[in-house]
Amino acid sequence: MPTTSAKTTQLMSINMGPQHPSTHGVLRLILEMDGETITRAVPDIGFLHRGVEKLAEYKTYHQFIPLTDRLDYVAPFSNNLAYALAVEKLIGVEIPERAQHIRVMLCELTRISSHLLWLATHALDIGAMTVFFYCFRERETLYDVFEMVSGSRMNLSYIRVGGVARDLPGGFLKSVEKFVTEFPSKLNEYETLLKDNPIWKKRTIGVGSISPEDAIDYGLSGPSLRGSGVNWDVRKAEPYSAYDKYDFDVPLGTHGDVYDRYRVRIEEMIQSNRIVKQALNILPKGDHITHVPNVALPAKEAVETNMESMIHHFKLITDGICPPKGEVYSCVEAPKGELGFYIVSDGSSRPYRLKIRPPSFVNLEALPKMVEGRLLPDVVAVIGSLDIVLGEIDR
Amino acid sequence: MNNDLIITLIKSSLPEAIIGYHEFRGELTFVVKKEQITQVAEFFKKNTELDCSYLSDLCGVDKVETEGIFEVVYHLYSIRKKHRVRLKVPIPAGNPTVSTVTDIWRTANWHERETYDMFGIRFQGHPDLRKILMPEDFEGHPLRKDYPIHGRQPATLRNVYRKDEA
Amino acid sequence: MGIESHLGDNILTTTLTTMVNWARKSSLWPMPFGLACCAIEMMAVVAPRHDLARFGAEVFRFSPRQSDLMIVAGTLTYKMASVARKIYDQMPEPKWVIAMGACAVSGGIFNTYSVVQGLEQVMPVDVYLPGCPPRPEALIHAIMEIQKKIQKESL
Repeated sequence: MPTTSAKTTQLMSINMGPQHPSTHGVLRLILEMDGETITRAVPDIGFLHRGVEKLAEYKTYHQFIPLTDRLDYVAPFSNNLAYALAVEKLIGVEIPERAQHIRVMLCELTRISSHLLWLATHALDIGAMTVFFYCFRERETLYDVFEMVSGSRMNLSYIRVGGVARDLPGGFLKSVEKFVTEFPSKLNEYETLLKDNPIWKKRTIGVGSISPEDAIDYGLSGPSLRGSGVNWDVRKAEPYSAYDKYDFDVPLGTHGDVYDRYRVRIEEMIQSNRIVKQALNILPKGDHITHVPNVALPAKEAVETNMESMIHHFKLITDGICPPKGEVYSCVEAPKGELGFYIVSDGSSRPYRLKIRPPSFVNLEALPKMVEGRLLPDVVAVIGSLDIVLGEIDR
Repeated sequence: MNNDLIITLIKSSLPEAIIGYHEFRGELTFVVKKEQITQVAEFFKKNTELDCSYLSDLCGVDKVETEGIFEVVYHLYSIRKKHRVRLKVPIPAGNPTVSTVTDIWRTANWHERETYDMFGIRFQGHPDLRKILMPEDFEGHPLRKDYPIHGRQPATLRNVYRKDEA
Repeated sequence: MGIESHLGDNILTTTLTTMVNWARKSSLWPMPFGLACCAIEMMAVVAPRHDLARFGAEVFRFSPRQSDLMIVAGTLTYKMASVARKIYDQMPEPKWVIAMGACAVSGGIFNTYSVVQGLEQVMPVDVYLPGCPPRPEALIHAIMEIQKKIQKESL
């Protein structure tokens, strides 16, 4: 046994989770402590393993969309999109321009909503309770917006293979415009609470640092990687949907600590707000979903009046989409990082194998590296700064 | 680097380690011999032209019924050069083992544990090859095609947790 | 009539049961057992718009020893089942349980090898709250149903 600094030979094991207020769900950590210092941290996951990848093999390509919502349930649009893009790549289908811009707009609103939840819980964990109430106020406004397009507050399933489920409803753009106009002042309110708050800074600056080389080696992505100063964002590096038509910056940190990751996410909300504003201006008119017959359903009115459309509808519902034999990997910049879908198709209407590359799973892997040698309360700060969602970690 | 250049480079540098390659939807896949995966992975990371310092994903695919093999699939990415490459290693179903790549990318640790958990593929040289998602006493590897989707557990937990109730 | 006529208008009389039940239902302390998506809606319930404090149940305590209402919000897996039961056992009597969301009610859309098909296999459930996830209003309704149930209980 290693000798400890207190000249004893006993290390204490502390179990944290899976039922713990600051593990963001059902994460369990086994911490070996030397007094207050952590000598070893071992994450234990899988408490929310729901067998999504197995289920995918039993679902048609369209049936799987609702399951993607429930992976990272605070950013459903990004999940829908990542999956839809992978299937679209597999089929090789073009998406109407309007649908692409709608997707960008909603994904960025999702990013704001997801980052707000992160800020709310992260601050709550560290002891700043007011931020929680402020952030949830704005989240409710966003939920109203999401409800307008999809009829649901959380698990939206709005994106379809080939486009989006239906066109934007009346009054939607006005609500979004109201939100993006007001949001910067709201963001300012959060900043006054935290940015220069001495307690917040003491708890976050220099805590959980990771170097850029280590961050890449551990496969970090998203704000957790950019907090260390690595300039890599899937939206810029491999633009999907219509991101190449938007003007936005990629915020970077320098030290890779909790405070820098906090700054990166706050700046990202500003950038997302910018993107949504641009989207409102350039949103073109046109179709919301492709007309390729073996991919998208015909319009509902046509099904009710036209024989061919009804047969088409029936065929697609019963047979499903049958992509060619092959395999694709497609990824997006989800609020938490690189979210990828790897689909192997054997030519049938169900995926032969579907692998999800969840950003939180990989980001969490670096947790022991960030907390070992530090104090117990730092674990709470670091978990918060990684912005994990157990739904996508355990799948 | 575009796909053609990568193919040329790999053909000239690692001719004996590559079984084949193909492109689909612009994605480049190399099929690698099981014995040489560590060497190939290291080449992809260390070579300055390829510079695949980022392991995006690592997973298994069950092709036992059709081809009698498991596949381990590596998705590599170069943050600096912005290209993606996929490596595939066929592994005979009778003896599903392959060398670990945790020494090359530390992120492979959990991915390999997950692949072991889900498919029962053992990664030789892995520092801590334990189940990751399933409970320790779980029997079987759920993502194998012969594992039933509803599992093999008892129909209800009532006689475990609520047997004392009237 | 009875004793009331001697006491005047300043004193109300009631039974001890009614009094205790009234106190219990008006200050429920929920133990948030947040497992998955539903936990986010559970958080929304205590946030400004829905404000559970109006019903006296906003004091979410993560310690089971101080709580009397367990809200199981999300998918219960086999790996988590023993933890859920342990938390339930740690709560002092009297206690009530809400199974929040389709997964806790019946396994929901996850009919797989790893998901427990219904919380009632593990512990007694008082209110089943369907939805994927249920809206915050629905959770408030569920808590009010618990309150109604408490009012009818005998000591």
